[in-house]
Amino acid sequence: MLEVKGLKKTFKMSKKQQKIEKTKEKIKVAVADVSFDARPGEILGILGANGAGKTTTLRILASVIKADEGQVCLDGADITGNLMDYRRHIGFLTSELKLEDYFTPNYLFDYFSKLYGVGEEQAAQRKKELFEKFGIDKFAEVKVADMSTGMKQKISLVISIVHNPDIIIFDEPTNGLDVITERIVVNFLKELREQGKCIIISSHIFSLIEKICDRVVIIIRGKSVCCDTLENVMAGQPLEDRFFELYENMEGKADE
Amino acid sequence: MNNIFTIMKKELFRYLSDRRMLLTTILLPGLMIYIVYSIMGQAMSSQFEVKDDYKTSVFMLDTPQSLKPVFDSLNLDYRDADKSMDEMKMQVENQDCDLIVVFPKDFEQAVAAYDSMTAQTPAPQVEIYYNSSKTESASGYSMITEVLNQYESSMINKFDINANADGGYDLASDKDITGKIFSMLFPMLLMTFIFSACTSLAPESISGEKERGTLTTLLVTPVRRSEIAIGKILALSILALLSGLSSFTGTALSLPKLMAMSGDDVGVNVNVYHVQDYALLLMIVLCSVLLIISLISVVSAYAKNVKEAGTYVSPLMIIIMIVSISTMFGNGTPQENYWYLIPIYNSVQCMSSVFLFSVNAVHVMITFVSNLVYAGIFVWVLTRMFNSEKIMFSK
Repeated sequence: MLEVKGLKKTFKMSKKQQKIEKTKEKIKVAVADVSFDARPGEILGILGANGAGKTTTLRILASVIKADEGQVCLDGADITGNLMDYRRHIGFLTSELKLEDYFTPNYLFDYFSKLYGVGEEQAAQRKKELFEKFGIDKFAEVKVADMSTGMKQKISLVISIVHNPDIIIFDEPTNGLDVITERIVVNFLKELREQGKCIIISSHIFSLIEKICDRVVIIIRGKSVCCDTLENVMAGQPLEDRFFELYENMEGKADE
Repeated sequence: MNNIFTIMKKELFRYLSDRRMLLTTILLPGLMIYIVYSIMGQAMSSQFEVKDDYKTSVFMLDTPQSLKPVFDSLNLDYRDADKSMDEMKMQVENQDCDLIVVFPKDFEQAVAAYDSMTAQTPAPQVEIYYNSSKTESASGYSMITEVLNQYESSMINKFDINANADGGYDLASDKDITGKIFSMLFPMLLMTFIFSACTSLAPESISGEKERGTLTTLLVTPVRRSEIAIGKILALSILALLSGLSSFTGTALSLPKLMAMSGDDVGVNVNVYHVQDYALLLMIVLCSVLLIISLISVVSAYAKNVKEAGTYVSPLMIIIMIVSISTMFGNGTPQENYWYLIPIYNSVQCMSSVFLFSVNAVHVMITFVSNLVYAGIFVWVLTRMFNSEKIMFSK
């Protein structure tokens, strides 16, 4: 189980950023107080508006940045104690990933398999399995430069899980995908859940969260305002209405 | 160690598997230099060359009797000087005729009467009109001027210096001449080529990955930051070395042709260097490449994108150029060991000493080791930068 306790993350703002955001504050609080837990065999959705702190939270979970305060624990142990080992357990797909044009899916899969220390035989078997599932085998030798957005997203997704991780962290996994590819990704996430993986996805698309998530964390202004099962969070309302209710409450508090 | 090789292989594969990149990064620089320098040499020499059987057309006015036999021995095509001066000038201007040579009417008497020590009037004036934009006219002007200068010096001749042109007075061998020319030119050219190669590779590999977000994917893997830094720098060094060697080969092969533009046989001969000279040069180039690529990698890691990295790298190019031309000044390479601790300067001076056949093994070792140490420091800095979320994820 992955436990996230009281995360806080601030960034120093450059003068350029201060100008863009029309503020004189030198410090920006990206994540103020985020706590939740993600369990094996479930999909946890992190819902929030743009700039709410979703990506920063996921980057902390992916161990590419460190929290100023708070802890991320895997099965009770703080991940900072053994980062290299923790990284073997996670698969992270960033929303900002743009694959390099010069490589083919085959090459990228083999490359990341080696970096994750996956044995050759095991990697070949996993490649076959994942490529078939996503239909990548049809364009396995095509360079990324010649691929559509959907094809690229499939490759990005696949290379982030070459090592069959227990914890899967996807930032906006269906961003820019057509309905068919989105369906494939959604079904795959459900399949991973069946396999007992712990899946964390961030999104601002309510329908996606409603469709696949077992539990939901809503982050507003860097704070996790609720973390519960989808049913409890929705409380009989559509998720979108519930989100705006919580959002307005927070805005009201902030104004006060 | 395996991870270093995996990252290296990926970087190398990226450049070497793509024909377009291979061509533009490694093959084209050398090929282009060879073609451009060869054409330049050929074009420049042909610009100053006049065909052997060409007859210089000339209007000769009031030619003194004493000079007629000399002029007759030259390949001159005399034109009838029955036109007005303006008409003749027009012909030279229009490139229909090459020269107008006008002697004073009583040239021989005036020359005989003139004493430079006591004369209060100007010396007799020979006027030669020519058109410098026409090679044949400019060449004819030089020919007539030379004849007249010889005529003048023959009148007051007291002694000659190296009168026999084929006397072999210059005792410098091809080796010395080549060494002198190469030691002045090549360190600068080599450093420029290496730097250009590094500039075309490192920003794309470091800032480019940062910009595309692929570096984040790499940072999430259980690979040490130091392994990423070393893997990238080694691969980029190999590529930069290949690109630098391609440029070097292009230059070395085309230099004799480029030198031929001066019109003389300057005696440049690349065969004067032996395997051990090339091995030493390779050693110096290798450590310089490592140093420069690691420096540019650090700068690129600091930049937010490839464009910004290019902006940061430009001032470095100026510094390297300034340091590189240091071989053109001064008298030989410095002897004190401490000079060879200065990065870039040490490489330039060592290269110069290799070309001059005056290598000091201690200087080369200091250069090699110190450059490796500096490269190591930059690798350490790059590793720290990969660890710095402020640098990796700044907006």
